[in-house]
Amino acid sequence: MTNEVLRRCEAHEGPSGAEHTRAEKEVAAAVAVEAPPAPALEPVTLWRLFLVFLTLGATSFGGGVVAYLRQALVVRQRWLDDETFLSGLELSQTLPGLNATNMSIYVGERLRGVPGALVAVLGMILPGAVIVMVLGMLYAGHGRLSDVSLLLGGVGAAAVGLTLATTLQIGRKQLAKPLDLSLVLLTFVVIGVFRVSLPIALLTIGPLSIWLYRPRKTAPAPAAARKAAR
Amino acid sequence: MKDTLALLGVFAALSVMAVGGGTAVLPEMKSLTVNQYHWLSDDQFGQIYSLGQLAPGPNMLMVSVIGYRVAGYPGALAALIGFFLPAGLIMFFCGRIWDRFADSPWKVAVQRGLAPLTIGLMLAGTWVLAKTVILGPMTALIAVVVTAILLLRHVNPALLIFGGGIASWLLGR
Repeated sequence: MTNEVLRRCEAHEGPSGAEHTRAEKEVAAAVAVEAPPAPALEPVTLWRLFLVFLTLGATSFGGGVVAYLRQALVVRQRWLDDETFLSGLELSQTLPGLNATNMSIYVGERLRGVPGALVAVLGMILPGAVIVMVLGMLYAGHGRLSDVSLLLGGVGAAAVGLTLATTLQIGRKQLAKPLDLSLVLLTFVVIGVFRVSLPIALLTIGPLSIWLYRPRKTAPAPAAARKAAR
Repeated sequence: MKDTLALLGVFAALSVMAVGGGTAVLPEMKSLTVNQYHWLSDDQFGQIYSLGQLAPGPNMLMVSVIGYRVAGYPGALAALIGFFLPAGLIMFFCGRIWDRFADSPWKVAVQRGLAPLTIGLMLAGTWVLAKTVILGPMTALIAVVVTAILLLRHVNPALLIFGGGIASWLLGR
């Protein structure tokens, strides 16, 4: 279980927090060989919840936050077990919104209901929002300097590399299966090349894609079904 | 006030469509903020996105900078609320009922069906971002090198983000 979780965290996260993942492996090996640590039962105060998420929001650099989240919530604080964490992660990825904020809401709600969700997501957003606003104001004053645009140009190019690598790593499974790959390419071409507006693309490709994966009664025996039809 | 409301509307719409996270809505965000509302130029969009990469936390906090440019502090707040609140509410309510569907076969269908869509959207987001910020051989080289390093080695991406900026500055002066 633990290994599976680590693998998935890494895959979902792409390379971000890779060092953490390596550290996690050591921690996991030391703490629990098989079973992930059980969640603590004492109630978490709102203030403490806020502080933990504030720290996460201030220290998780490089886009992805999920590996940091697991390290803090499952391994260090033991507020959740891995199963709950993964279930939340699946939901975060399926629903709209960023993984980082969706997970904060999920975990906050689990621990302390509505106020918990609120303080967790605020803690996650606040540090970065303040920093980005300060940078934004500096940019408003100095954005035309050639040094600034060179610097940001390089940052943007590196960000392209990061999002590409992250997408390839998250999508490893999808890119290897013909049906999935065709859906990936269809979506890419429709949005990226033909510039179809996003709501239209979502409302057509989404249902199609879910329909293709609809539950079937005799899932393991498509060949038998075909034979029977003949 | 009109701009603030427009910001709220645009980012709320993006919020509920952000299946697959921030990267997935970049093409739509750019087309709305640059082409439709003319709040930003192409270059500014790319630069503000880059700016967001320099801050910790969720990587779409730069929407506040777009809001700030359009309508000052109320604009920044409107963009943030618009982008984070609707998706947040959806997550909150679905999180409460999610466990009830734990055994539903449709849960798996939705997850598996949306997964390739998400990857396609992220690729399209990367593509649109690349067209905006890759303006010459140097930026192309930085993007390729960063991709390769991340695929081949475990490196903290923050280092590469800062490294990319510094390399571009040193080489381009």
